[in-house]
Amino acid sequence: MLFLFAYPMVEGIRAGFTSDLTGALTLDNWGRMVNDPYFTRAVRNTLLLIVVVIPVQFLFAIIMALLLQAKPRGTALYFYLWAIPLAISDLAAGLVWLSIFADQGYLNSVLVGFGLQPFSWLSYQSPGTQFLAVAMAEVWRATSLVLVIIVSGMQGIPKDYDEAAAVLGANYWQRLRHITLPLLKPSLQVALILRTILAFQTFAVAQALTGESFPLLVGETYRWYSALNNSNVASVYSLVIMAISMITAVAYLRILRDQSRQVAK
Amino acid sequence: MAEIQINNLVKVYPGGSERANDDVSMHIDDGEFMVLLGPSGCGKTTLLRQIAGLELPTSGSIAIGGRDVTYMPVHQRNLSMVFQSYAVFPHRRVRQNIAFPLKMKKLPASDIDKKVAWAAELLQLTPYLDRFPAQLSGGQRQRVAVARAIVLDADVLLMDEPLSNLDALLRLSFLSELKRIVEQIGTTTVYVTHDQSEALSLGDTVAVMRSGKVSQMGGPLDIYDWPADTFVGSFIGSPPMNFLDGILQDGLLDIDGHRFTAPANAPRSGKVRVGIRAEAVGVVDDEGPNTLTATVQVVEPLGASILLTVEVGVHQLKVQAEPTAKTRTGDTVILRISDSAIRLFDPETGLAWLTGDSA
Amino acid sequence: MTTGTRTPVPVDLAPLRSYRRRRGLLQVACVIISAFMAVPIYLIAVAAFSTRAGLNQFPQPFYPANFGTETMSTFLSSTGITAGFINSMTVGIGTLLLSSLVGAPAGYAIARYMFRGKDSYQLFLLFTRALPIVVLSVPLARVFLAAQIYDRPVAVILLHSALALPTTILITSSVFLAVPVDAEEAARIFGCTPVGAFMRVVLPLALPGMAAASIFTFVMSWNEVLGATILTFSQRTLPAQVLSSLADSPLAYRFAGGLVLVIPALIFIAIMRKYLLNMWGTTIR
Repeated sequence: MLFLFAYPMVEGIRAGFTSDLTGALTLDNWGRMVNDPYFTRAVRNTLLLIVVVIPVQFLFAIIMALLLQAKPRGTALYFYLWAIPLAISDLAAGLVWLSIFADQGYLNSVLVGFGLQPFSWLSYQSPGTQFLAVAMAEVWRATSLVLVIIVSGMQGIPKDYDEAAAVLGANYWQRLRHITLPLLKPSLQVALILRTILAFQTFAVAQALTGESFPLLVGETYRWYSALNNSNVASVYSLVIMAISMITAVAYLRILRDQSRQVAK
Repeated sequence: MAEIQINNLVKVYPGGSERANDDVSMHIDDGEFMVLLGPSGCGKTTLLRQIAGLELPTSGSIAIGGRDVTYMPVHQRNLSMVFQSYAVFPHRRVRQNIAFPLKMKKLPASDIDKKVAWAAELLQLTPYLDRFPAQLSGGQRQRVAVARAIVLDADVLLMDEPLSNLDALLRLSFLSELKRIVEQIGTTTVYVTHDQSEALSLGDTVAVMRSGKVSQMGGPLDIYDWPADTFVGSFIGSPPMNFLDGILQDGLLDIDGHRFTAPANAPRSGKVRVGIRAEAVGVVDDEGPNTLTATVQVVEPLGASILLTVEVGVHQLKVQAEPTAKTRTGDTVILRISDSAIRLFDPETGLAWLTGDSA
Repeated sequence: MTTGTRTPVPVDLAPLRSYRRRRGLLQVACVIISAFMAVPIYLIAVAAFSTRAGLNQFPQPFYPANFGTETMSTFLSSTGITAGFINSMTVGIGTLLLSSLVGAPAGYAIARYMFRGKDSYQLFLLFTRALPIVVLSVPLARVFLAAQIYDRPVAVILLHSALALPTTILITSSVFLAVPVDAEEAARIFGCTPVGAFMRVVLPLALPGMAAASIFTFVMSWNEVLGATILTFSQRTLPAQVLSSLADSPLAYRFAGGLVLVIPALIFIAIMRKYLLNMWGTTIR
């Protein structure tokens, strides 16, 4: 297993610095990557996606988990429905929302039904709505992952704490703030790290919805590898992604570990 | 402090067919210490939780301090509770745990500090105020739970088997301490337990419950001396009350051929179930009135006394003997029954023929 | 002191009414969210089962007005789809087997023989998930090319197993941890060999959890797009196939492809509901 991980990593690092022409070590590949017009857009899009989608997902997932916690009738069915997207690949998710956002898709059908003009959501001429479409698909797909982590975290909190707080005079919001959320913190941490790391790898969703016109970091990696047939630059992209992912993960752990140190073991 | 009035409370769990609480009514005076006692499944915890509001009744009503609280949300009821698992918040220090109810009421910080200090002092927690619960022992966490419950002067204090997770020695010492504290504070208290010795030592009133109903409610000594049915008789007291079958005729009680003087105001004659406590049966040297012979089967030295299990015809009796008795298994002994301690019960329903008032 | 009923205070029903109202709102909220989650799946099913002509209709009807299996059958018979399906199955099952075979003993070892650094191991696992598949795939492609297993399902199986192993080991170790050592020891006292004890006592208890882990691995492998795409060329897995032909394919193709990729997810979650929570619960600790 170490072999499968370590060797490619070393290779990858080396490849990033190798010129494809002469085979000598060079920083050329990095230059090509940075100067590519798609690069900045890819970085921007990826970061934008993360900054927007993740907080929305977490808010959404927490609300959903709290709703389930109240045990409405049909809890099992709801949980099933809400967890389905977690097993759907990002490619499939992209295709599913394609049927909605396409020019002749369901969203435009609704608009026309209300007498409004249809809109070309996915065209490269309106990057704003492109982003919106990708964000929607991502929220739809990945919230269930966060949801499952949070729900299992909640189930690990003994009911007694909430009941005790209630008897001692805490209303719902007070209990949420003082008991539930603080005790949920470890789960939230895990979910946050996992989700962010996976978010950096968003790829097929955008491909399915927008094709080439909405560049993302991983998408660019793929493009350099296959279409442009330059695996070295592709490696450079990989390294950049990996570096950012690791930095973010470490950052999260640092920030959140300081806070959790207060709850001494 | 407030009085509690429970009227015709019925609780059926959704999907269940049995009544967890079957038409329960009781009145608890202001400042009274009421113990709900019974085996598991009898409905005592369900009753407590409905007083707390953690469960809603199917029908009936609960009023605290003259105010109807049957369906009132939990946090508005002005109660306190100590849980069996303590439920001490693990992510807050002891100080913040105790301060929690005060903080929810939004009291000023100086008041909070004062009350927290008072409660901590009362439960000897002052050196631990800045620790986290994970750093405390089980017994100490129990104290935190109690401190947290008494710090706010609630109308009613509820306790759900708070001592059952402690080991035997701690339980005994904390029992008396708990009684002292509750008496000092004087809040109306409802205490749930399955341990009859706890119930007898703590309660002003004990309500023995079985299968969702209250079998008997009264002072500890009354319940001990005059159980209302065979269930209460066998549940209260260690060892449980002995039961023998007999026939009552013309003022004489016939048990397996032995004759005893029957209690004076027995309401009827016929078959009867006789109840007699182990300490009311004594080992004597000679036969005489109200004696019978028995064979010793088990000898259990308990230190302060010796518990004998003896066989009388088809019956088995527990007898409390002097610690110096030299009886051995297989011996034949002569037992005298103290006739003032004889209790009579209906062989079919198990209900007592006489109650304490008519004695 | 205490008697039975007295004149009762009239019961205040207002809190009960507001309680019931809140429960009603709760249901409404749940239904709305469920709609958000389920409707897109319904829509793509409708789209995938519409006729060609139906798809060109605008505005699109929301119910299966133009029901037809034309789109689906075209998709299913398109080049590479059946092959892709078979490849995905092969890869999925291969990954499942390989990661179970390696993961189970490893998990058992971890569970039974305490080793220090348990926390850092979990951290390590977290980081391995952090590694984008990209980072591995590109150089791995080179390696496999050299080893001449490029463009073969074997290559993808290796990649997927490597990705799945950390999680599998984590799950199996928790599963084995849940089986009390006492049961094993009792079996040995009563005459079983260590292996026998394992087979008779531990394995039956661990099987459900391991089955769950296997299904999880299978679905993750099935869904994996990027690595499979990079590592194969002519023998693609289903998602890889769909992805690579995405740009050139008509809308109908894409819709049908989407539905086909979604269906395993529906089945998977239906089976895995109970285990989902347990699994994630254990991975957090």
